Amino acid sequence: MSLTLSHYLIFSTLLFMVSLGGIFANRRNILVVLMSLELLLLSVNTNFIAFSKFIGNVDGQVFVFFILTVAAAEAAIGLAILVMLFRNKKTLEVDDINELEG
Amino acid sequence: MTPELLQQILFYLFGAIAIGSGMAVVSVRNTVYSALFLVLCFFNVAVLWLLIEAEFLAIILVLVYVGAVMVLFLFVIMMLDVKKVTKSQLKSGYTRAAILIAAAMLVELVMLFAYRLQNQLPADELIRQGLEYSNVAEIGMALFVDYVYPFEVAGVILLVAIVAAIMLTIRKRPENKQIDPSKQIHVNPSDRVRVVSMDAEKGNGEES
Repeated sequence: MSLTLSHYLIFSTLLFMVSLGGIFANRRNILVVLMSLELLLLSVNTNFIAFSKFIGNVDGQVFVFFILTVAAAEAAIGLAILVMLFRNKKTLEVDDINELEG
Repeated sequence: MTPELLQQILFYLFGAIAIGSGMAVVSVRNTVYSALFLVLCFFNVAVLWLLIEAEFLAIILVLVYVGAVMVLFLFVIMMLDVKKVTKSQLKSGYTRAAILIAAAMLVELVMLFAYRLQNQLPADELIRQGLEYSNVAEIGMALFVDYVYPFEVAGVILLVAIVAAIMLTIRKRPENKQIDPSKQIHVNPSDRVRVVSMDAEKGNGEES
């Protein structure tokens, strides 16, 4: 019995659940929320690659390439916003960042 | 040991480490450890991608994510002087909600895979390619022939990200000897140097 598509689907489902739970449960540090987001994208990418390989169509892998690009851009801008937020508020706790000023 | 068995063993080994380190990412107290566990998770998932012959993306994952994005994360974590978290990262009330949401989604996905998509999933056997097959060449053909415009748009997105990140984080420092480019452009030569024509002074004869 060799590796099947179901192996990869189950694996990425589990990883998705872990990171989704992490996003909701984590209230101490907004950085960890960003990292959970990266994990979420990783599990989606795993799904894309598995389907691409088992169907035999390369388009899914090209899609993963673009997702990686956008995720890198998102991480850079997200961290920049976070640095600014920390300069202004002196905290990264999710519950403390609860006010908008304008 | 047959190759199939070896693949299974590698899949379960690295998959278990990946999920375990994913759990550590969301639950460990120290943010630096959390980032390092994320690096471990990326490495293990890259191995899983290698197992189904997606070599290019596995290498890209390690280079881009571990090499660039996670280093950025670690830099930011260590630069921001976050006060030490004494209690656990997780708050109990939120943890319960999170488990509930995750379980609900898990049930939905399992039902989707098990019942709705049962007959529509593609064949379970991976088509193994020969030695002359090149994953990079295949992706390159798709990327630069069918997806040229999205590829260039991706370049623009990265440029926008660079500009946005710099604009957000740059600080004006008082000791910085920066000059306003607009002022530089609008300077006339006549504002700086005035050429005065005047007769030469008569010497007193002392210097000759």
